[in-house]
Amino acid sequence: MRLSTREKVVDYLILTIFGLTALVPLVGVVLSAVTPPVENHGGFALPSRIDLGNFGAAWAEGRFGQYLLSSLLVTAGVVVLTTVLAILAGFAFARLRFFGSGVLFFVVLAGLMLPAEAFVIPLYFNLRTVGLTDTYAALILPQAAQSLGFAIFWMRNQFRAFPTEIIEAAKIDGARDLRVLWRVVVPPSLASIMTMCLLVAMWTWNEFLLPLVLVSSEDHRTAPLGLAFFKGAHLTDYSLLSAGGVIVALPIVAAYVFLQKRFISGMLNGIGTR
Amino acid sequence: MTMLREKSPERIPAPQVRRSRRKSRAGFFYVLPALVVFGLFLGYPLLQTLQYSFYDWDGLSASTWAGFSNYFSVFTDAALRDAFGHALVLMLFYAVVPIVLALFLTALISRANRLRGMGFFRTVLFLPQVISSVVVATIWVSIYSPDGLLNGFLRMVGLGSVTRVWLSDYSLALPAIGFVGTWVNVGLCLVLFLSGVGTIEPSLFEAAQLDGARAGRQFFAITLPSLRGQIAVALTLTVVSALKTFDLVYVTTSGGPGTSTTVPAFEAYNRAFTTGQVGSGAAVAVVLTAVIMIVTALIKRIQPKESG
Repeated sequence: MRLSTREKVVDYLILTIFGLTALVPLVGVVLSAVTPPVENHGGFALPSRIDLGNFGAAWAEGRFGQYLLSSLLVTAGVVVLTTVLAILAGFAFARLRFFGSGVLFFVVLAGLMLPAEAFVIPLYFNLRTVGLTDTYAALILPQAAQSLGFAIFWMRNQFRAFPTEIIEAAKIDGARDLRVLWRVVVPPSLASIMTMCLLVAMWTWNEFLLPLVLVSSEDHRTAPLGLAFFKGAHLTDYSLLSAGGVIVALPIVAAYVFLQKRFISGMLNGIGTR
Repeated sequence: MTMLREKSPERIPAPQVRRSRRKSRAGFFYVLPALVVFGLFLGYPLLQTLQYSFYDWDGLSASTWAGFSNYFSVFTDAALRDAFGHALVLMLFYAVVPIVLALFLTALISRANRLRGMGFFRTVLFLPQVISSVVVATIWVSIYSPDGLLNGFLRMVGLGSVTRVWLSDYSLALPAIGFVGTWVNVGLCLVLFLSGVGTIEPSLFEAAQLDGARAGRQFFAITLPSLRGQIAVALTLTVVSALKTFDLVYVTTSGGPGTSTTVPAFEAYNRAFTTGQVGSGAAVAVVLTAVIMIVTALIKRIQPKESG
């Protein structure tokens, strides 16, 4: 069906207006980050000169190098742990019949909608008792637990759609379940596994409450947590705050720009089930 | 795995018997590692939250049994009642406004999936979704600041008299936070609805047009019913995100001025970790969790059966 010119113009106009609404605050924060601090009053004015020193200042004063490293370690840890556990569990729920599988899957599903508030309070006291607060483990393990509901559900759907004949053929050739999983089922599913990894990485990178509660030393602060404390210390230094914000958001935004198709389709398919 | 292999007899002629016997144990061992992590760091603490909510505890000294008093205070304590009231206001901004707005836009551009450059708009509209809420919060702190973008814009269009310090205003701080939710969610809703519209058979619109149905009628007769699934998804996501609001409040106002922007998630955190009312915080967390579960279940009912 062809659209009339008038309809097209209206469509583009509306999409542009809303696209701009989404973009203006984001472009503004980038502009603000390169505005010399003395000129910056919080408004998004075009700076008279570009001052990249804000990034250096924020990096040094805000210890963002340390925070990014923490975020990177935690995100990598959560993604690897969640992926391995979810592939195993998802395969079992999709392909193997075992006692209690229905009940167990229901339990995992129930975890999908749980807000972090539901378990973070005792978690803090438990981890403190065993001396795990203020460690990367305290950030990785609970975050992985929180991601598992979605990840297992995602992998189960993927493995259920996997052609049964191929699995049967591999079994007739004498392969055992674990071998079938890693050699036959996982390789063609890599695209879907990648999408899951991206979403889990994004949620982990952006998570705020768990790091806020579970770490107190600066050494283990993740990037968003670092930014929140930085904001508390530099209430009205909008240049520094914006530079910090750009530093924290950049890794995810860069990944999103390169892999946006995967992000969007993953979120549209995935978040609907969360 | 070797242990399992030894247990299952190696040469039983009927393959089905062998497979199902082996599976009945092996499957459980595949799930076990995930269940251990899930149980230790989520399931068990969840039960403990329930337990804590029946005690008075400051987090240090011995706890005392409190019965249901922590739950009663959710309804009687003005601060807590307000927090849940604020969550309702946020739902309006996070869910109702973006969905209505996105539906209206979808009605206007109901065949936009066939536009060139749609992928670009989708990417841009979705962008606020991928940015950490703490970054979003700092952006909007700057926009709402005394000389920030919003006040600057108001002065420019001659509305200098309405300018104010938005996040310090008792009656406007909450709507100001709510509007950030609108900004984050409107793109999500629009992208969801447009992708739903893309699956509608174009001949339906053509037939309606031939019958002389105007755009408005086409929307209510064709577009809206076809979008039921997408609306349910959008409603679930946005309502839950309104109920879960924490980062935004923590970074922008910490519940202030006064208690005008407290929300349940913030109260749960604050009570448990700053004011030494762990039991009360746990009760708020339990009620919040229950509300989220109930709301999600209710919204699921408007979803068409075939999509789950």
